[in-house]
Amino acid sequence: MSIASTSVIQIIPRTRRGVELLLLVIAIAVSVGAYVNIGITVQNAVPASTGYYAAGITLLALIAHFALRYRAPYADPVLLPCAVLLNGLGVAMIHRIDLGLALVAEANGRTPKSPAAPQQITWTAVGIVLFLVVILVIRDHRRLQAFTYTAGLAGLLLLILPLIPGLGVNLNGARIWIRLAGMSFQPGEFAKICLVVFFAGYLVVKRDVLTLAGHRFLGLDLPRARDLGPILIAWVASLGVLVFESDLGSSLLFFGLFLFLLYVATERAGWLIIGGLLFAGGAYFAYVTFGHVHRRVTDWLNPWAIDGGQVKLGLMGQAFGGVLGRGLGQGHPEATLYAQSDMIISSFAEELGLTGLIAIILIYTLIVERGLRTALGCRDIFGKLMATGLAMSFALQVFVIVGGVTGLIPLTGLATPFMALGGTSLVANWAIIALLLRISDQARRPQTPAAPVSDETIAMAVQKQ
Amino acid sequence: MNSAIRRLAVAAIILMLALMANSTYLQAFRAGEINGRNDNNRVRDSQFSVNRGPILIGSTPIAQSKPSNDRFKYQRTYASGPTFAPVTGFYSYLFGRSGIELTMNSELNGSDPSMAFRRIIDVISNRPQQGGSVTLTVNGAAQQAAYSGLAGKTGAVVAIEPKTGRILAMATRPSYDPNVLASHDLQKIAAAWKNLSADKDKPLSNRAVQETYPPGSTFKLVTAAAALSSGKFTPETKVSSPAELPLPQTTVPLVNEDNRNCGGSNNATLTIALRYSCNTAFGSVGLQLGPDALREQAAKFGFGERPLTEIPGVAASQFPGDPNQPQTAQSAIGQFDVRATPLQMAMVAAGIANKGEVMKPYLVQSVKTPDLKTVSETKPEALHQAVSPEVAAQLTAMMVDVVNNGTGKPGRIDGMQVAGKTGTAQTSKERPPFAWFTAFAPADDPKVAVAVLIEDANIPRSDIAGGTLAAPIAKKVMEAVIGQ
Repeated sequence: MSIASTSVIQIIPRTRRGVELLLLVIAIAVSVGAYVNIGITVQNAVPASTGYYAAGITLLALIAHFALRYRAPYADPVLLPCAVLLNGLGVAMIHRIDLGLALVAEANGRTPKSPAAPQQITWTAVGIVLFLVVILVIRDHRRLQAFTYTAGLAGLLLLILPLIPGLGVNLNGARIWIRLAGMSFQPGEFAKICLVVFFAGYLVVKRDVLTLAGHRFLGLDLPRARDLGPILIAWVASLGVLVFESDLGSSLLFFGLFLFLLYVATERAGWLIIGGLLFAGGAYFAYVTFGHVHRRVTDWLNPWAIDGGQVKLGLMGQAFGGVLGRGLGQGHPEATLYAQSDMIISSFAEELGLTGLIAIILIYTLIVERGLRTALGCRDIFGKLMATGLAMSFALQVFVIVGGVTGLIPLTGLATPFMALGGTSLVANWAIIALLLRISDQARRPQTPAAPVSDETIAMAVQKQ
Repeated sequence: MNSAIRRLAVAAIILMLALMANSTYLQAFRAGEINGRNDNNRVRDSQFSVNRGPILIGSTPIAQSKPSNDRFKYQRTYASGPTFAPVTGFYSYLFGRSGIELTMNSELNGSDPSMAFRRIIDVISNRPQQGGSVTLTVNGAAQQAAYSGLAGKTGAVVAIEPKTGRILAMATRPSYDPNVLASHDLQKIAAAWKNLSADKDKPLSNRAVQETYPPGSTFKLVTAAAALSSGKFTPETKVSSPAELPLPQTTVPLVNEDNRNCGGSNNATLTIALRYSCNTAFGSVGLQLGPDALREQAAKFGFGERPLTEIPGVAASQFPGDPNQPQTAQSAIGQFDVRATPLQMAMVAAGIANKGEVMKPYLVQSVKTPDLKTVSETKPEALHQAVSPEVAAQLTAMMVDVVNNGTGKPGRIDGMQVAGKTGTAQTSKERPPFAWFTAFAPADDPKVAVAVLIEDANIPRSDIAGGTLAAPIAKKVMEAVIGQ
């Protein structure tokens, strides 16, 4: 299928940066409001750090905003405010749990641990720096296509990193962390981006071959047997992640990503069926064969059996929150293990209730759908595939972690994008948003005349407006 | 390609909708079940921080929450803690709740459905949840008299208003101070709890309702009731009452307490037999009536039931299932496997006092919202018609005779007739006998029925008798009620 025949509605070229600024103001106001609210309910005073927090989040958001005005004026106006809101709320909740943990430590006569919120703000700053690098350095996402195989190799290396003895560490039963210079990183978060670039670049080249008609069976066009190679490799690799790193979430994420892109590239549902069957078979095999996978499933089926289990405590927190929530600062999210990281969604569900949780899921949905909207509007296949991959990685990750925390599926150790405590994930997600914005800038920019125009010319033209 | 992307967009929305649907099920529909779990510390913490309503006697709080400056915001305090402990129970962070604190928990913390409207108003106006108040039927003076009467002894007292079933006093010794268990110093509570639960005198047990004892001769009231109701006996019917009653199937005879015959006669009337509490007379009556008649009569007074629901762990009194003849004779005088709570024996007296009708005992008079609107008011409820009004009148006359002329003399009150019955239940040579007294007054218009049990009084074995040990306490409690 060629691009000329796409049914995209002609977009009226408007930059919408003003809308973005307005939405940013709202996102900042909500985040700072949450921070102040927490201080008032927990400490009976507006926290002294409010100024620091408000100035920090405003400064970072505005830097990102002006970078877009300068370098990607037609970028999607909704993505950045959504990301800022999630990041800001996440920091506020981490701060709230810091306070809760300090109270518990005090009551038990222990010295409280150093608070995690400042650390998360620092990582936010690092994330915004990477955001700027992506926006300022990558002027055109199509240039990334040149790095297809480099990205593939990098992605693979990042995936394998935690398995290197002395570098990788086992944490909560999964081996997806590395320890470097006293800090922990989750290389899988960046592997995700590299693999999206690789899958997109690879499929741009191979999609014609993979689209070739194979057998028709039950109304489905099944691919030829000899074209099954790539999907089998992806399958084996993702099973490897499952088996050697004990991480069901990452495994599902990588394989799902590949499948979705394969489907978009070839438009053949047969790939989804084959992939789905392969994954189901692999997952069942792992469930039967590997104790840690088995345990995840039994924990999921009966979370109540484990005393002090994080899922159980999390579910209790969510139930305690009910429909309207206890109110910020008025629940006990600190009673849940990993309340700031894996279980942060449960902390929100407890204090903001079902209402707040649904609002957060809707913000995630908005990011996913704006990402897919970008893919629809994008004029090149590589960009389409990349935007789809980034958006769907977001969707899958949110589904896997929120589903795990709320008891819909077995819990696996994926980070809740933008909210969970953890530097790698936060920084990687800012890079994803930057890439989506970069592609969307291209997609929403007015159609240029036949002659190719350099980015500089467009930027100048925009500045003249 | 775009159609595939659109399909993925729909798929993504379906994934997100699945998350929302699952969370809605969890947080809106399953929340109640999960919040009710015993191992749910969050709910415990939050309830501990609620401004819990008071437990009142009249308008005097015996348990109330006062603001505190620690992480729980409120400190539960008990006025005269040990006196009222068997009623209020405790409210402890580590060891849960007991008594009214447990059974009326949702009313006291304001989460009861009956207070839902009030709670919605609180949520809208952003006021913290506030609990309702529970007013008890307990009479402060009677409770005080009962508790002081038990000083230095191990035992229990229950007083009931016969016409309604309102519990006027429920005391037990040794008791404990619920203030210690309600403390916010968790180490202190743990230590106190350890001591209390290791104590062989079981201070945490509410002897008045949670333990059963051999009722001894007080059970003769039930045997007499069965006899009179059978139509074969009147108070003047003469029954066999030798010093020793030979029993079938055994060489061990049934003997009278003083090893003499009954009031100088081997064929005393039922009235005389009750006056002197003759074992042989009631043993032979029991043999004539048979175990089934005795069990049925006992059941009509409430044996086999747990009529009081406002205290957790109330024990059911019992009459043995299938006794042989010697066992039946023993059972007829409240020995063998007959077991009764002090509450049960108070209900026997109260039933007789209330023209044969046993009322359901209750402790909670009313529940009110924080703004003093009445949520519920307990209405008296009849449990059983234990005996006919005629038989009740005959039993009353016999019990008055016991107090005026017989073993119950220490229970007499100046200026009014008291109806009563003593009991001294032997169990083994190792432990002292249980001393009982159950009575009601005034006999012509009963205001209070009472049962007193002394498990141990630290006095020589020979001095133990229901009349001398238990009756004075019953007298004090009845005076406290009537004197008001």
